[in-house]
Amino acid sequence: MEWLSYLSFTGGGWGDELLRGLGVTLALAAASLPVGLALGLAVAALGLCRRALWRGLAASFSTTIRGLPELLTLFIIYHGVGLALNSLLKWLSPGATPVELSPFLAGVIALGLVFAGYSSEVWRGAWQSLDRGQLEAAQAIGVRRLTIFRLIELPQLLRLALPGLGNLWISLIKDTALVSVIALNDLMRMANVAVGVTKKPFLFFAVVCLVYWAICLLCEWGLARLEQRANRGFEREGRAA
Amino acid sequence: MIDILERFSGQLLSGAGLTLQITLIASLLAFCLSLPLALLRRSPSAAWRWPVRLYVSFFRGTPLLAQLFLVYYGSGQFRVPLTEAGLWWFFRDPYYCALLTFVLNSTAYQVEILRGGLRAVPSGQIEAGIALGLRKLELYRRIILPNAYRIAFPALGNELILLLKGSAVVSVITVLDVMGQTRRAFSQTFDLSVYFWAAVLYLLMTTIFVLLWRRLERCLTRHLHCRSAQPGKRRGLFTRLSTGVAP
Repeated sequence: MEWLSYLSFTGGGWGDELLRGLGVTLALAAASLPVGLALGLAVAALGLCRRALWRGLAASFSTTIRGLPELLTLFIIYHGVGLALNSLLKWLSPGATPVELSPFLAGVIALGLVFAGYSSEVWRGAWQSLDRGQLEAAQAIGVRRLTIFRLIELPQLLRLALPGLGNLWISLIKDTALVSVIALNDLMRMANVAVGVTKKPFLFFAVVCLVYWAICLLCEWGLARLEQRANRGFEREGRAA
Repeated sequence: MIDILERFSGQLLSGAGLTLQITLIASLLAFCLSLPLALLRRSPSAAWRWPVRLYVSFFRGTPLLAQLFLVYYGSGQFRVPLTEAGLWWFFRDPYYCALLTFVLNSTAYQVEILRGGLRAVPSGQIEAGIALGLRKLELYRRIILPNAYRIAFPALGNELILLLKGSAVVSVITVLDVMGQTRRAFSQTFDLSVYFWAAVLYLLMTTIFVLLWRRLERCLTRHLHCRSAQPGKRRGLFTRLSTGVAP
């Protein structure tokens, strides 16, 4: 049972460090989600525009994002946005000290973009399966476009897109592990640090895997409950889907 | 930008070769392993079903990077017994560790895809086969498996693309795939266009793969086309590409 002492929350144990890393991981996922959801919805709306230019733009965004490894996207954002920021700063005031993009912010942008790329397809699919008659009825009685979206389309979109978005949320949690590579102190990196000190790689990486596994199982359970609730008016269709 | 390409094109291309090599070998091995496991997953006995279920759930519920670290660094904790067993040469090499991790990971995903495919085989066809007196092996070979693989085909293509993209994490354990070569070139030049060319390379690989897979799929389902051929419904390249990479 000596391995338990490595994981204790006091003194020389690494339990508290790992817990803090887990907090960063969850914060990163939670911060990327709204970015990805909103951006994905915007891209989906562009993809359903009448203008071919907007449609092409939306399609090339989601194709590009989904064709690139998440790790590459992360590096491009981390180094690219940092460089762009600094050259902009230099242009504005030549004497300014260079800033560094925080790994957390880079992670939020990169993971948000990845989530947007994938979720735009989910949103688009859900949007296309909405009943057009409802939209036309609302337009006929003179409801404004934004109100139609808020009161008629969005509630149904959420229900239809929930299964797809749930899967993406779980991949998002797993993708947060990549951000440890650009030195964000998340769960994965804390384990790396602990391994460097204790020389017990199997123990710590196994614990990390188990923690991620537990989070994913918990999310799956929660999403199943959420779907059940979202489909409560649609007993039969919900079960068939 | 062009000068960066001239300077590093050799490295990037050799990286692409390694990326493709890892992806193809791992997915082929996983392809072989997934069928028996998928059959076990559907076995009536819970003692067979549960281990497979746990395995699939674990590998789908943890990040690939964590799995890779568990295999590559984690094996270091058992260096002495592994050396005694004559296996240390395998776990010492990041390339083999990456391959092992990807095989385990991809097998888990492919088992789940195949399970869906097996479940979706029309039961009328299976019953017809039984009624004809086909033996179990014959039934699988002629009716169940061709149907299941045909149904699972698009999802298997997506899994291959996910693996191709996921393989970029091997750069973290010093394997020089596209990502590894890119990171090395970037650390030498601090020129962002290296990343641009790497992105182009990845997009090229995934696009060619998607087109190839579509062609194959059309070939596999050609008996279904004459019935539902809709000449007016040809979709644009963009939609075809983008639907092909969907998760």
